[in-house]
Amino acid sequence: MSKLSVSNLLGIRYLTKEDIHLILKTADHFKEIINRPIKKVPSLRDITIANLFFENSTRTKLSFEIAEKRLSADILNFSSSNSSVTKGETLIDTVNNILSMKVDMVVMRHPNPGAADFLSKHVDAKIVNAGDGAHEHPTQALLDAYSIREKYGDLNGKNVVIVGDVLHSRVALSNIFCLKKLGANVRVCGPLTLMPKYISSLGVEVITNLKEALNWCDVAMMLRIQLERQDMKLFPSLREYSMLYGLDKKLLDSLDKEITVMHPGPINRGVEITSDVADSKQSIILEQVQNGVAIRMAVLYLLAGKIE
Amino acid sequence: MKQNDRIILDSTQFDLSIKRLAHQLIENYNDFKDAIIIGLQPRGVFLANRIKSELNAIDKNFDIQTGSLDVTFYRDDYRRQGNPLIPNKTEMNFDIEDKKVILVDDVLFTGRTIRSGLDAMLAFGRPKKVELLVLINRRYERHLPIQADYIGKNVHTIISERAKVSWKETDGEDKVTLYTPEDE
Repeated sequence: MSKLSVSNLLGIRYLTKEDIHLILKTADHFKEIINRPIKKVPSLRDITIANLFFENSTRTKLSFEIAEKRLSADILNFSSSNSSVTKGETLIDTVNNILSMKVDMVVMRHPNPGAADFLSKHVDAKIVNAGDGAHEHPTQALLDAYSIREKYGDLNGKNVVIVGDVLHSRVALSNIFCLKKLGANVRVCGPLTLMPKYISSLGVEVITNLKEALNWCDVAMMLRIQLERQDMKLFPSLREYSMLYGLDKKLLDSLDKEITVMHPGPINRGVEITSDVADSKQSIILEQVQNGVAIRMAVLYLLAGKIE
Repeated sequence: MKQNDRIILDSTQFDLSIKRLAHQLIENYNDFKDAIIIGLQPRGVFLANRIKSELNAIDKNFDIQTGSLDVTFYRDDYRRQGNPLIPNKTEMNFDIEDKKVILVDDVLFTGRTIRSGLDAMLAFGRPKKVELLVLINRRYERHLPIQADYIGKNVHTIISERAKVSWKETDGEDKVTLYTPEDE
C-alpha cells in the first residue's frame, strides 16, 4: 500500500484506515527530516501550491507554508481580507484565476462548510482542506492522531475525550472520524447546548461531567469556545463555563491516572485550560504543532504523487 | 530460480569479493580516522554493514562510523512512476563535515540513485571527500557521469536484465543473480 485512495484531502470521512496509516508512516520520515541541520528536501521542486485563506489562521497557515517550503515547492499566499473577494468575485472565479497561473495544488481554508468539496468538483487541481467552517479540518485530526501514536505507540483501544464546543468545532468532527477509524474509543464532554444533535449517530457518547470524563480517558482534547461562530447565547457566561468545563491543575492532579492533555490552539488561557496545565509535563500542545509540519509534508507529498 | 536466471556470484565468490573490498579500503584509509561508511537504503545498508563487520574481523580496533541514508525525497523520478515512492529510514547520527565518506550501494546501474544519494548526503554537511563502493557494477548502462571507486564485480548486461543481490540476513543465502523480469 503506497498510494492514497483519494486525490484530494477534503475530509477524514473520505479516507480509509490504510490511507491514514500511510500518511502517519510517511510523516515519520518527514519528522526526521525537519530535525536535521538542513531541514529541506527537493521532492516538490516542480510543484506550485497556492494557500488560499478566506478565514483567519496563524498556526495552520504557517504550518502549511513551512511544510511546502521544506519540500521545495513554490508557493503563493492569498488571504481574502486584502483581495478582490471584497470586490464581489466568486470563489470559483478567484480560484480559476489563480490556477491559470499554473498552480498544481490548492490549500484552502474557508468559513463555509463544504467549500473544499465544492471546489474539488469545479477546478482541476489537488485540493487540501485546511478547515471549512464547522465541518472538517483533516490535517489537524491527522496531526492529533500522530501525536497520540507518538506518545502511546498505537491508537487502538485508547480512550479519548473531546471537551468543549463540539458543536462549532471542525477539529472535533475530523478527530471523531479519524480516531474511530484507528480504533480509539471517543467520548465528548461539555454542556448539552454545545453538543451537535447528531452526535450519537457518530457512535460517540456524551458525558456532561468533566471529572467523570477525564477519569475515563487516556487523552483529553480541550477545545476553544468559538464565540465567533455562536450567534446566540449557548451558556450563561465564560466564567461559569470555565468553572464547570475548564481544566485546571487541581482537577488534573486529582485524577486516578496521569492523562495526556492536547489542544489544537489557539488557547484561551484561563477559559478551557489554565496556564499551569497548558505548560505542564502532561501537555503535548507544542509537540502537536511540530508534528503538524511533518503531517502536512506527508499529505502534500502523497497528493503531489498523484499529479499527472 | 527461473531457467534464464544466471548466478554471477555464488556464496564463496560473494564472500571473497567482500573480503577484497575490505582490504582495498584498508589500503586507502589505514586506520579509518575521519572515515564514515554510508549505506544507501534499502539494500546498500546490508553491504555497508557487511563491509564494516569484515573490517572489524580484520582489526577490531577500527572505529568506523556507519549510517544509512534514504534517497527517496531526492530522486528525480518521483511522480514519473505509477505510485509515489515510499521512503525508508535515514539514520545519520553524526555530521559529515570534513569527513571522508565511503558511499555504499549494492548495484550501480544508471547512476541516478547515487546522484540522489550525493544530494541527500549534503544535508548532513560538506564532506572532505566522497568515494563510491558497489558490489555489482553494470557497465555501459550509465545515464550520468558517475563511476565507482571500489567494485566487487563488473558485469555486462542487456538493458532488460536486472541484477539481484540476495543476502543471508533476508534471503537465506549470499548470491548475485541476473534475471529478466517477466513483464518487460
